[in-house]
Amino acid sequence: MMGGLVILWTDALVFLLLLFVGAFGVYAAGKEHLRGPWRLVVRSRVGVSTLVILSFYVAVGLLDSVHFEPSYVADPQAQDRVQSTEVVSLFDRLVLPLRERQEKTYSAPLATHLYAKENIEQPGGTMIRDYPRLQYGGAHLANPAQDWAGDVLRLSLIGLVKGLVLTLVLANILFALLAPRRAGGFAGAAREVLTGKGQIPWRSALITLGLLLMVLLWAVELSGRYHLLGTDKVGEDVFYQALKSIRTGLLIGTLTTLVMLPAAILLGIMAGYFRGWVDDLIQYTYTTLNSIPGVLLIAAAILMLQIYMSNHADEFDSLVERADLRLLFLSIILGVTSWTGLCRLLRGESMKLHEVDYVQAAVAFGVGHFQIIVRHILPNVLHIVLITVVLDFSGLVLAEAVLSYVNIGVDPTMNSWGNMINSARLEMAREPVVWWSLLAAMIFMFTLVLSANLFSDVVRDAFDPRLRSSR
Amino acid sequence: MIAYIIRRVLYAIPILIGINILTFVLFFVVNSPDDMARMNLGMKRVTPEAVESWKAERGYDKPLLYNAARQGTAQLTDTIFFQKSLKLFQFEFGVSDSDRDIGYDISQRMWPSLAIAVPVLLVGLLVNITYALLIAFFRATYIDTWSVVLCVVMMSISGLFYIIGGQYLVSKLLHLVPISGYDTGFAAIKFLILPVLIGVVGGIGAGTRWYRTLFLEEINRDYVRTARAKGLSETVVLFRHVLKNAMIPILTGVVVVLPLLFMGSLITESFFGIPGLGSYTIDAINRQDFAIVRAMVFLGSVLYIIGLLLTDISYTLVDPRVRLS
Repeated sequence: MMGGLVILWTDALVFLLLLFVGAFGVYAAGKEHLRGPWRLVVRSRVGVSTLVILSFYVAVGLLDSVHFEPSYVADPQAQDRVQSTEVVSLFDRLVLPLRERQEKTYSAPLATHLYAKENIEQPGGTMIRDYPRLQYGGAHLANPAQDWAGDVLRLSLIGLVKGLVLTLVLANILFALLAPRRAGGFAGAAREVLTGKGQIPWRSALITLGLLLMVLLWAVELSGRYHLLGTDKVGEDVFYQALKSIRTGLLIGTLTTLVMLPAAILLGIMAGYFRGWVDDLIQYTYTTLNSIPGVLLIAAAILMLQIYMSNHADEFDSLVERADLRLLFLSIILGVTSWTGLCRLLRGESMKLHEVDYVQAAVAFGVGHFQIIVRHILPNVLHIVLITVVLDFSGLVLAEAVLSYVNIGVDPTMNSWGNMINSARLEMAREPVVWWSLLAAMIFMFTLVLSANLFSDVVRDAFDPRLRSSR
Repeated sequence: MIAYIIRRVLYAIPILIGINILTFVLFFVVNSPDDMARMNLGMKRVTPEAVESWKAERGYDKPLLYNAARQGTAQLTDTIFFQKSLKLFQFEFGVSDSDRDIGYDISQRMWPSLAIAVPVLLVGLLVNITYALLIAFFRATYIDTWSVVLCVVMMSISGLFYIIGGQYLVSKLLHLVPISGYDTGFAAIKFLILPVLIGVVGGIGAGTRWYRTLFLEEINRDYVRTARAKGLSETVVLFRHVLKNAMIPILTGVVVVLPLLFMGSLITESFFGIPGLGSYTIDAINRQDFAIVRAMVFLGSVLYIIGLLLTDISYTLVDPRVRLS
């Protein structure tokens, strides 16, 4: 813990993953067989559009993965400060107003009044039963009934115009960057981008970015004065919750893969390369693990974790740390249930590769097994690994929601779309219906999963030419 | 053929033993009976006597693997491993932590699960295959493109949303069927319509896309070109040649899930309040009833292995190219 910085387990793994991706990028840049498919990805319109959206999610997730203790930052010299239990992230700091402006209980999106009637004391001392004003949402309006619509419209327009202007500025920067390498200079670059003629579909990327920025700035503008997506039972801003859930969703989707990759790659290649009893043993292991229904294995493991945690309650400094460990554990156990598919694929592929002439030649020259695997087999199965990782991601994000519903997902105190849906589900019976938490979680999840699905299709097509014809 | 089946069954035995040992380790070693007792009795103010009596009532007070206090074979049989784990092989699931006979519960709750899972599978197959054939007929047109987009969109929506949305729209707004519940006999139908419908709709995205890939793979084959060259109409080609050959992967894909239909669907059943095995499992997880979870883990694994076995056999039956070696 340096300078108040808190590194949670999952944070560390996120940055490790980032390092991995960076290293892979550097490695792939020098290899034509890996660079070529990526070129196809960025030349596809769907590819660049989804990349823009995914980068937004990743950016929020990364900002949300830098944690620190606010009390330490505020006063690092305080000697007698008690062990602070509050840990916030850089992202929390960025959206501080969203986090701090808590209402009493439910309120609808953009509402100025609470959702339920309460007894309000009038200046004269009499009590009336009415919807009380919100403490923050629309508090600047003198007469909400009259001014509300105009104010929302005005703020929306400001937000949209800001987004548009920002997009135009970015577009011009792009033209300027492209200009030196284009025949027509700045105008030529602009023409190429706007007509969509270039090799890289900049136009699609710009349109997506423009829409994203407009929605984003619209949301920023409105959530400065209102609760854009309403508030939940304890009055927390739902928009804030949905944004915070991004990190959880991304972590489940990526950490699980990170955890399972070493085992899947190592065992898969070993089974296919060595065959014989090694193959039998590995096949036996994954068939056994695979036959246990995944949900039940996860349930059993989470039950055990709960017991462990309640027996060792004093080992955890803060709620955040506890929730974080549970998230990590969930990723690990999800990894255990999901590595078998990749392992089987890799086994088959390395079995084929073992028969290929250049591997046989290497064997004949007396090259060691380890070197053959690292030099000849591993590079040739990397595309399978990549395709699987990308394909699995969206399924894992969806799985998180289902697991949280069964109470074997992430910690109930952690922000996640699954938890949001789970708590919203109970409110569907209310009259009028509290629908906004559900809708917020669904929209955020749907956008991420849809982009990931489309992106993974593009990646798969680029890396696996055999499948291209059948799409 | 029979020799092949016997060999496959023999292969399954070590896997079952592996699962048995794994569940034993998970539920009794990593997680001792003492922990279970404390969990069930409530964490606060648990006296050692209460823990002991809880364990004794349920037979968890024995040693794990070896009982030195007994004579002869009882040294091995009067242990938790033998009593609780090996008995699973005889499908003796014992008594749940809330004192109910698990085997009886399973045999009762199996039927509601099947009443949902079987129609979902059959109707889903029909709808998905029809839609996929339609797409294959109009391949490389706008219908194809937009259908694939629709499939991806439908795949990207969480299953929870289909259920919550469907319940809200059909039951709460339109009042067509009850929101949840179950009844015996034919009266159950009105409770089953919505879950089955939602199960089918939720599966269209992934299912149709998968079948479309299968059909398009077949359509590019030489025998299809020959069939067209003979002058057969596109419908005949699709139904008599493409569908027939694509049925091999479709059939084997279905066979593997057949036994697992017994397990029911966790989410659907608990949302609709259907007393099947899925909601049974969820309730057990929420009540932290280890005996039931353990029984379901074993049952699920056995069913999965049976599914694998049936897949292998059905391959050899429908595809003459696969030899029994």
